[in-house]
Amino acid sequence: MKTILTEQQLSITIQRLSHQVLENHIDLENTVLIGIQPRGIFFSNRMVDELKKQVPADRIKYGKLDITFYRDDVRKGLHTLNHTDIPFSIENKNVVLIDDVLYTGRTIRAALDALQDFGRPAKVELCILIDRRFSRQLPIQADYTGKSIDSIISQKVKVFWTEKDGKQEVGLLE
Amino acid sequence: MQLSTKHLLGIRDLKSDDIQLILDTATQFKEVLQRPIKKVPTLRDVTIVNLFFENSTRTRISFELAEKRLSADTINFTASASSVSKGESLLDTVNNILSMKVDMVVMRHSASGAPHFLAKHIPASIVNAGDGINEHPTQALLDAFSIREKLGSLAGKRVAIIGDIMHSRVALSNLYLLKKMGAEVMVAGPPTLIPKYMKEAFDVQVEYNLKKALEWCDVANVLRIQLERQNQVLFSSLREYSLAYGVNKKLLDSLNKEIVIMHPGPINRGVELDSDAADSKQSIILQQVENGVAVRMAVLYLLAGGQGE
Repeated sequence: MKTILTEQQLSITIQRLSHQVLENHIDLENTVLIGIQPRGIFFSNRMVDELKKQVPADRIKYGKLDITFYRDDVRKGLHTLNHTDIPFSIENKNVVLIDDVLYTGRTIRAALDALQDFGRPAKVELCILIDRRFSRQLPIQADYTGKSIDSIISQKVKVFWTEKDGKQEVGLLE
Repeated sequence: MQLSTKHLLGIRDLKSDDIQLILDTATQFKEVLQRPIKKVPTLRDVTIVNLFFENSTRTRISFELAEKRLSADTINFTASASSVSKGESLLDTVNNILSMKVDMVVMRHSASGAPHFLAKHIPASIVNAGDGINEHPTQALLDAFSIREKLGSLAGKRVAIIGDIMHSRVALSNLYLLKKMGAEVMVAGPPTLIPKYMKEAFDVQVEYNLKKALEWCDVANVLRIQLERQNQVLFSSLREYSLAYGVNKKLLDSLNKEIVIMHPGPINRGVELDSDAADSKQSIILQQVENGVAVRMAVLYLLAGGQGE
């Protein structure tokens, strides 16, 4: 496994991304954050922790979205369901979608569909930790990117989180 | 993540892992039903036919809502308004419908084993919505879901099934399910309505005294007297049945604890269950109906998924 981001780089990257989000959404006035289940949540939890250092905690609206019901491959096989928890309306809000790896773009496509069931957002942005360039199957791009990498289909990007995997880093598996 | 079976014919054929999977999946669908837009596109390209050869209110509406909330296409079929009354056989009827490219069949039939017969002859997935006096699996699943929601778990909970055990498919499915999930089960009612071999066959307690049964249990699932299926006199009158086995508020208040009251509907008010008990805060009868949609969405989703390719 080749390391793409070490633990230290990972935490600096998350700090930077949280500042970039704040730059565009001063005080998170009309903005909500939505992490994508299951593994995007580890990243979005840390983004929220960083943001809490900058703005009052009660200002931060944070939800979790499971996109399984919106997948385009239901009939090819079932996926494990996770819990969706969006306890607020996203009508006329700025939504920042948060996921760990952007690859084919199909997850984000499904997430955009899913969001519509919770209201009509004013704007949707995408915050991604690792962008696998040149492997998109749909015209989807991130607004905030931790790191862009070039990889081939046979490779796999894996983000390790302390609470799940016992270590914290990003690796490229052959 | 997949069920071990292609059809849902009865709880008898399910493994406890299957039951767990259905209940967990239903939890996620219940969340969908709380959203501003209570619909997901998951089964967009799936066609489901609802074949009802026997009357139904709750089950049919519940299945139909579940299908629509999943964006499936639905066709409704009621035996009395069809060519069945012209003498067409069950297999012919279903094969004709299937040749119009239907993916799943939800069926209720007054003959026990009708869905099992169909499953042997047709390629589509079949969901049993009640067959004669055999099983009503989705009712047992939604009962289990409701108990789990109210009390946290099924294992170790004491559930008394009260009333017409002999003619009730709800009782049989509930028995299978509760035993598989580790609950303690008691059947209670007049001796004429409880089959003799109950204790040996299912390893359940049998009680002929209603008060004792209620004192024992955490949950009382009160069943309807199935007059339409009884062709002999098994008790002298509904009034007598009600006096000996009717659950009412006075009886519930005389217990030293608060038990949960369930009923699969339709209720014969004043017979097996009095209004003051059915509408009390101990009753979760309407929650059962609400949970029915989520549970049926889970069943349809799990059976429809992963069958293409």
